Amino acid sequence: MDIATFVQIFESTLRLATPLLFACLAGLFSERAGIFDIGLEGKLLVAAFFSASIAFVTGSAWLGLAAGIGASVLFSLIHGVASITFRGNQLISGVAINFLAAGMTVVVAQSWFQQGGRTPPLVGDARFDRLSLPFAEALRDVPVIGQIYGQILNQHSILVYFGLLCVPLTWWVLYRTRFGLRLRAVGENPAAVDTAGVSVVRLRYAAIVIAGVLCGIGGAYLSTALAAGFVKDMSAGRGYIALAALIFAKWRPWHALGAVLLFGMLEAIANRWPNLDLGIVTLPNQFMTALPYILTVVILAGFVGKAIPPRAGGEPYVKER
Amino acid sequence: MKTMPKWADVLLVPLISLLIAFALSALVILAIGEDPIRAMELMVTGSLGSTYGWGYTLYYTTNFLLTGLAVSIAFQAKLFNIGGEGQAMIGGLGVALVCLFIPWPNWWLAIVAAILASALFGAMWAAIPAWLQAKAGSHIVITTIMFNFIAASLMNYLLSHVLRPTTSMDPATARFDNVLRLPRLHDILGLVGIDFSRSGPANIMLFIALAFCVLAYVLLWRTRLGFEIRAFGQSEAAAHYAGISSFKIIMVAMLISGALAGTMAVNSVMGGPQRLVMNAVEGAGFIGIAVALMGRSHPIGIIAPALLFGFLFQGGSELAIETSIPRDMIVIIQALVIMFTGALDNMVRRPLELLFLALRRRA
Repeated sequence: MDIATFVQIFESTLRLATPLLFACLAGLFSERAGIFDIGLEGKLLVAAFFSASIAFVTGSAWLGLAAGIGASVLFSLIHGVASITFRGNQLISGVAINFLAAGMTVVVAQSWFQQGGRTPPLVGDARFDRLSLPFAEALRDVPVIGQIYGQILNQHSILVYFGLLCVPLTWWVLYRTRFGLRLRAVGENPAAVDTAGVSVVRLRYAAIVIAGVLCGIGGAYLSTALAAGFVKDMSAGRGYIALAALIFAKWRPWHALGAVLLFGMLEAIANRWPNLDLGIVTLPNQFMTALPYILTVVILAGFVGKAIPPRAGGEPYVKER
Repeated sequence: MKTMPKWADVLLVPLISLLIAFALSALVILAIGEDPIRAMELMVTGSLGSTYGWGYTLYYTTNFLLTGLAVSIAFQAKLFNIGGEGQAMIGGLGVALVCLFIPWPNWWLAIVAAILASALFGAMWAAIPAWLQAKAGSHIVITTIMFNFIAASLMNYLLSHVLRPTTSMDPATARFDNVLRLPRLHDILGLVGIDFSRSGPANIMLFIALAFCVLAYVLLWRTRLGFEIRAFGQSEAAAHYAGISSFKIIMVAMLISGALAGTMAVNSVMGGPQRLVMNAVEGAGFIGIAVALMGRSHPIGIIAPALLFGFLFQGGSELAIETSIPRDMIVIIQALVIMFTGALDNMVRRPLELLFLALRRRA
């Protein structure tokens, strides 16, 4: 294996990790505030569809992105109404949201475009272009830096860089602002937050709206940057992998980046070598696909440290009993 | 405090939820420029208008009875088994192995073995998530989702590399021996002189699934174990205080749940295409969630919702042939049913409770 192959693998790792990163950070905000979010998958999917269709109709990827975010936030609010306002079961609501997205996208796509549940292919400005970083060409031949900066980090869509920026941003919001402190507190002990005179309901709604925006960007990235258009079920379990990454990262932002890069790399390797020959054994493609889930189960089994979720996660908050 | 009579709780609330879900689905159909009334007519004639339609409707109903039962038993212990899909896939592997590699002399010996094998395989697939919940406290929902994906990858691998006959390109096993063909409703109803379509795949598993519903009822309400499961589901702390082992209940409830989901494969593999194909479960594991929610997790209560979803599944296929409404329309209906009977239950229940309170006050 030569260096060029490694560079290629890392380059596609970054591309494939981006939708996972957005979904994972979305889950982080939501679950840190005590709202389980099984519906990441559905929000990615619905955002991917509406981004692609609006981008196709208007010819602008940015308008597509806005539509994707709008759709995803709307789904978040449905989840909020069910699980915060009506104190329903958050897991059941998440499951319903995933099915709603899976059915809705295909039915609407068929009605709008008549192409068997897909949008027409996006061209030109309807997709996010790849950006050239400054000095990337000049540094191309410098060893190591040239490969990392000029090849792995260069030539991605703007959403990839924004995703990377979201990691320190999330860290800063959660650990260095008053809002973040309250948000984390509401996921651990909502009664204490309530006693301090802060609205639990409002904080939780804020958290799920942020989650909706992030999922929206992730979904838009899927259909208008990574691919060129929407196809049925294009999120392909990424929302669940993001959920796995969140557990892997034990609900912390920097670790989340590490986890999604790891899972992105597994996908990149599976794409590059459908049957990975390790000399002793040949690992089939299907094994690589299942590996993120297997690793998560191993983490959950407590073999590698203990993953402790936010304490009030999944519990609707009742002010008085 | 009981604010509503029991009939309102078990009938009225799910029916109103269902009506809301149907009304919203009708709006979706209107929005895509189709006629919801005509759509409903097509679905009814396609699934209930002929014994051919009934043959398919009842075939799907059998699947949903078993997966609905699986979700219900876990729900009774307050465990949300979302992994019925994966457990049924692995159950299918059990059925295929038993049917392919043992030369059975007749179908009824084979079906007993297939039920046992699929139950064993399904239970095995539920065992690890159950153990992780019971011992490490990791959430059963997360682990069963993970196991669905692991099962899909495993089946994908086995069907395309191991079990596929060398002469075929299709990722599926060879066809089972003709001896193993299960008696279909055509054969069974023919015995009592009822003429039933030959082509519908509904088979003897329908009656076995119904028997399982009765058995599950007996288990839950007439045995000590069932009492312990329900007590644990009502209050873990109270169950603990009464000396009920949470480890035992979580394991037993999940193993039974996995086993029931697994047996679904006997219907969908042995009763249907008579070979194990990719995606043999067709989402039935997830529909089980909707069925259990509508049936209030009661083994007898799920029979009507299972039939309803059998009707929707078969009607949805007919709809896709006759109109431009894709088959995925039933996924929307399924989502809305789960939403309104599950997560938004309080939205339907509260106003009704207030209504009944007001009525009682006046009386």
